[in-house]
Amino acid sequence: MSAVPERIHLSMSVNGEETPVSFAPYKTLLEVLREDLNLTGTKHGCELGECGACAVLVDGQPQLSCLVLGAACAGRRIETVEGMANGAELHPLQAAFADLGAAQCGYCTPGILMTAKALLDKDLNVNREQIKEAISGNLCRCTGYQQIFEAIEEAARRMQP
Amino acid sequence: MSLKVIGKARRRVDGRAKVTGLTKFADDIVLPRMLHCRLLRSPHPHAEILEINTQRAEKHPGVHLVLTGMDFPITFGIMPVSQDEYPLANGRVRYVGDPVAAVIAKDEQTATAALDLIEVNYKSLKTISNSEEALQNPEPRIHDYGERGNIHRIQSYEFGDVAEALAKSAHVFDDVFFYEGNTHLPIEQHASVAAPDGEGKLTLWSSTQVPHYIHRALARALQMPAAHIRVIACPNGGGFGGKCDLHNHEIVVSRAALKLGRPVKICLNREEVFYMHRGRHPVLMRMRTGVTKDGKLTGMHLQTLLDGGGYGGYGAASTFYTGVLQTVTYELPRYKFDACRAFTNKPPCGPKRGHGTPQPRFGQEVQLDKIAEKLKLDPAELRLGMVAKPNSLTANWLKIGSIGLAECIRQVVARSDWENKFKKMKRGKGIGIACSSYLSGAGLPIYWNKMPHSGVQLLADRSGQVTVFCGATEIGQGSDDVLAAMVAEVLGMDPYDIRCVTGDTALTPVDLGSYSSRVTVMMGNAAIQAAEKLKAQIAEAAAEQLEVIPSRLSFSQGKVFVTEKSNKSLSFKEAIEFAEAKFGTLGAVGSYSPPRAPGRYKGAGVGPSPAYSYSACVLEVEVDEATGWFAVPKIWIAHDIGRTVNPVLARGQVEGSVYMGLAEALMEEQVFRRLPPKMSQALVHKIPSLLEYKSPTSLDMPEVDTVLIEDPDPNCPFGAKEAGQGPLLPVMPALANAIFDAVGVRIDELPITPDKVLRALELKAQGKTPRVGPESFPAVPYPKSIFVLPPWEGGDGKESKRNDAAAVV
Repeated sequence: MSAVPERIHLSMSVNGEETPVSFAPYKTLLEVLREDLNLTGTKHGCELGECGACAVLVDGQPQLSCLVLGAACAGRRIETVEGMANGAELHPLQAAFADLGAAQCGYCTPGILMTAKALLDKDLNVNREQIKEAISGNLCRCTGYQQIFEAIEEAARRMQP
Repeated sequence: MSLKVIGKARRRVDGRAKVTGLTKFADDIVLPRMLHCRLLRSPHPHAEILEINTQRAEKHPGVHLVLTGMDFPITFGIMPVSQDEYPLANGRVRYVGDPVAAVIAKDEQTATAALDLIEVNYKSLKTISNSEEALQNPEPRIHDYGERGNIHRIQSYEFGDVAEALAKSAHVFDDVFFYEGNTHLPIEQHASVAAPDGEGKLTLWSSTQVPHYIHRALARALQMPAAHIRVIACPNGGGFGGKCDLHNHEIVVSRAALKLGRPVKICLNREEVFYMHRGRHPVLMRMRTGVTKDGKLTGMHLQTLLDGGGYGGYGAASTFYTGVLQTVTYELPRYKFDACRAFTNKPPCGPKRGHGTPQPRFGQEVQLDKIAEKLKLDPAELRLGMVAKPNSLTANWLKIGSIGLAECIRQVVARSDWENKFKKMKRGKGIGIACSSYLSGAGLPIYWNKMPHSGVQLLADRSGQVTVFCGATEIGQGSDDVLAAMVAEVLGMDPYDIRCVTGDTALTPVDLGSYSSRVTVMMGNAAIQAAEKLKAQIAEAAAEQLEVIPSRLSFSQGKVFVTEKSNKSLSFKEAIEFAEAKFGTLGAVGSYSPPRAPGRYKGAGVGPSPAYSYSACVLEVEVDEATGWFAVPKIWIAHDIGRTVNPVLARGQVEGSVYMGLAEALMEEQVFRRLPPKMSQALVHKIPSLLEYKSPTSLDMPEVDTVLIEDPDPNCPFGAKEAGQGPLLPVMPALANAIFDAVGVRIDELPITPDKVLRALELKAQGKTPRVGPESFPAVPYPKSIFVLPPWEGGDGKESKRNDAAAVV
């Protein structure tokens, strides 16, 4: 008999809500979010840390949730795309992405939104090169990235105090 | 005509769902009692299956079902001529990754563990690793159908006497090019969920671009009436042509769900997506082109050899597409086109953005650069001087409508400051130009029928709500947005007030799917027709109330009003109420079929389109001669779109195409290697991961300057042509041509990598021909040509005897 338990139980903060959850111990944070918490807004493209589609914020830092064990997230602060909007009001990044064509198929979008949010949470005065650098781990096959850069710049403008 | 919606930059109608994570992709669907499926795939590129033992897997705790080829006696294939696949291998595997067995279990983990318990006894067969090997080795045959040996398709067409045209030309350019295969790499891995409904009928949710074709093929594969199958195309997380086939896993989960009476899901992992492939064919090509002393084309003889991989798929169409569109860009008096597709023991190839046309386009545009160089002509001027004429026929009887290519060329030349850069920049810096054209929808469906290519149904009721139903599929391109925009424009509504129900074979009229850049034109025309019918009903009822004749009414901004007296009006909701009271339940349908193509010869069905889009591209490059390393700082693209439906989306389609073209030009390749003999000698993918299969990141993507040229086409809805594929095509040759301008070397194969540039520079330094590319074209046993006279040589579009032709000429 294996000493590994079938499920482990822990609690993490997900989009500002204290969230108890039980899951198989081998599961990644990506799987816990999608399969055990039904937060399917976070996507997967490789489950090997290569595409960036599964990026979420862990304690404010962008992390590839496919490379983070759920078991390592007890007590951590997790932010996903589902938590971005303030009620019905879209986050400025979401609004700019929708307005400026930064989301085509929309599959890489949640990961890029979260990565961009971490960037703008730190500094609203970002230039194009910093934006390119920040999202260089997020692959997008639809846009050619240009409209994504523009949307992040526009969001930064709209977020200026 | 003053347009209120068409042409205005707007947030797409499905934009909010896409940025909130609410868009439901296939893998986001979770159903009660859902089981999970995993496929066991062949580790051998070519083998007989002697025995499969599934007993241990069946007994594994948590396993509900194990399926093998025994459970699927019937072949399938997306085209009627390519019924050569089994959902699970039936005694034979033809590429590494060919599905052999399936396990359905309580979760993915359990299913994966059980795969290891299936014992398969294979007998390895000799493998064919590329198209030239396929020609040299007719045995063992990979399939027992096809032309002969390992040739899947082989054909030849000649439009006018090309040998004569070449003999009379001032110059004949003879070049061999190679275009390596590459894959779609959608970020969404293919996923499907199949579930029996309350009545025992089947629903399949899937990442597919073509729900109608899947519906049709699935009915055959499952031997079930199509009326008992519902296929729902979930929004695709990128398609690019890779979700156009009926895939093995879609049939497997459907059968499993019906057998178990429970929902069954599968989501492929990334490695499986690489092996399933269906992407760009590797194509070797030879192009002999005659020109006059001032560089006008006199004739072209194109020969192509496609490496098809292990199955037919769309390959019969791909084979045609490596030649048929060579004629629609420039005036070409005579044209001969030989094509051959070989079976090899690799993942099957199929349609990827541009389907079969980027390969010969690369060759043609690089060859034009060589022609301009030899004749000391400016390559932009050379092209401008021979742009095909609007409303003309081509040598192979394709009908060109509008053509905005000359303006595209002028725009990219002006915006890039071409005249001050071409041949004028310092050594190492270069600039190149190339053009292209593409279909706005294939003229024929993939199975012969006389029914519409797209149908749209509208429902309006007293709530003021308008719902539009269409089988078209949202793959990121903005299909739903185009649909809403067309209806909104006609009815004078806000597009955000229209509900789109799309891609569901149970609810929506047939649309053939999101491929061949057909959606805007075909769905758009059908939508306009339906909306005009509904508008006529509403106008008749509203006219009665407003006491005018219907033709005096305007529909705009949610109101129906007398055109000259806008205060005499009804709200749209009031007008619908009157119409519903007068006519009963309101609804209207529209449908679209492309115009009949003028060609009458066998094979004339591939190539015709309601309209062709055109693009021109200028690209700048900086080459480090010491290392061969190079960078692309900027790309200019102009695209003849006819009319822009939504500029935000149109620009995105164009820039996304440029991105994908640049990716193919610089780095993407689907390449295979043999494992050492002491292992299996299997042909395995060199780089089946997103990290190793290089694609450009945000840091690699240069600035793109985009111009949309509007030259409305009368066959198109509000004049709008395609934008999602054509602009990919000129990028690859523009890079090759820019490299030549920068350092004087020719790279006649793709991708163009620094090591190839360095090798060519070394050849140049040694005084040898500064070129890297294929050295020769093999002897391919092309058949005698189907001979057709071009329109200007007295032809009638039918095949004619060559002797008759000689008499005419």
